[in-house]
Amino acid sequence: MKIEHHPDASTLMSYAAGSLPEALSVVVAAHLDVCPACAAEVTEMERIGASLFERIDAVPMLETMTEPCERSPGREIMQFAGSRLDEGVVTRLLGRQLCDVHWKRLGFGIWHYPIQLSPGSPGDLRLIKVAPGQVMPEHGHGGSELTLILDGAYSDEFGSYRTGDVSDLGDDVDHRPISDPNEGCICLIASEEKARFKDVVSRIFQPLTGL
Amino acid sequence: MVAASTSIGQRRYSPASANTIVMAHLLQRVAVARDSQAFSELYESFAPRVKAYMIRQGADPTTAEELAQETLMTVWRKAALYSDTKGSATTWIFTIARNLRIDRLRREVPWQALPEGRDEEASDEQAPDEAVSERERRHRVHEVLSSLPSDQHQVVVLSYIEGLSHSEIAERLELPLGTVKSRMRLAYQKIRESVEDLK
Repeated sequence: MKIEHHPDASTLMSYAAGSLPEALSVVVAAHLDVCPACAAEVTEMERIGASLFERIDAVPMLETMTEPCERSPGREIMQFAGSRLDEGVVTRLLGRQLCDVHWKRLGFGIWHYPIQLSPGSPGDLRLIKVAPGQVMPEHGHGGSELTLILDGAYSDEFGSYRTGDVSDLGDDVDHRPISDPNEGCICLIASEEKARFKDVVSRIFQPLTGL
Repeated sequence: MVAASTSIGQRRYSPASANTIVMAHLLQRVAVARDSQAFSELYESFAPRVKAYMIRQGADPTTAEELAQETLMTVWRKAALYSDTKGSATTWIFTIARNLRIDRLRREVPWQALPEGRDEEASDEQAPDEAVSERERRHRVHEVLSSLPSDQHQVVVLSYIEGLSHSEIAERLELPLGTVKSRMRLAYQKIRESVEDLK
């Protein structure tokens, strides 16, 4: 897999810091699954956290720990399954493979599948499937949004995005992506704010779906 | 501290780096021998820092204490997954604390997922000289962090220690989102350049 478009360094830093909003961090994690270059950057960025953590003003513990007990782990750490995108983070999220997703039709040639975030978590995360040669839903402006290509491709003014690529455009960028004329496109799209994404979707699809 | 004599080549390490070596050694003893004396030293050293980190991230002192306990218990359980050559003990423990904090606070307030697994996996074996460059690397990261212009240092601390998203930082500092992002990038660029020659 040749990946050409990566998340912005500041996005990866926020991920390494553990402060990237949930929806966005899922997209980044799915990208890291297939992009060793970004995974290496994140490792570097974790050193920043460790360095700050090391010099934090300690707060004394009330209890001292004497003998650690061999408790059974409360929750097993899940390992990423493999390098294929639909076997990694996305499958864990969905509980199924990409090909088994129950798509909901949004309009002509466009389907989506909203993904549940933690209760009360702000943001929006969903899969979007677009038929070949379709104009894709544009993201809002302001805030942060990330798109990861899971299958197929799309292109816009900035180039061609294929499987594994991430689009991490600034909030001041206007673009009009079109799905690949032969393959179409399946993406994982995260938005920091729920309302905006919905507004955009309904604005774009209003004439078709009456959303 | 004790193992400070482990200086590599002509390079003199700061106390923090020497400490790094000691901590890695303690972690090895926990991993290999389930050495509870070593563990209690790790606890003494790290639990108060994890607690402080959790408080800075917005946890109340009781929750912070609990999360610090939990972090160190995870260290005990997973010590075998830590590989000496992979990175410093501090980085490893930091990622555990970070993930636990996300995990816990997500259940109670809006919080974000950090898919776990990647950081806690045992990594591929590395050559011994990479362990050396790891220590050097951490030393340089620290140097660059201490010399960052205050506007860059501020956003880095808000992101890593206070746990704020870029949008929250922008709001707190009354700056455009793009400015926050570019300050983060600039800070990272300097760190990246400082370790460039370490492969």
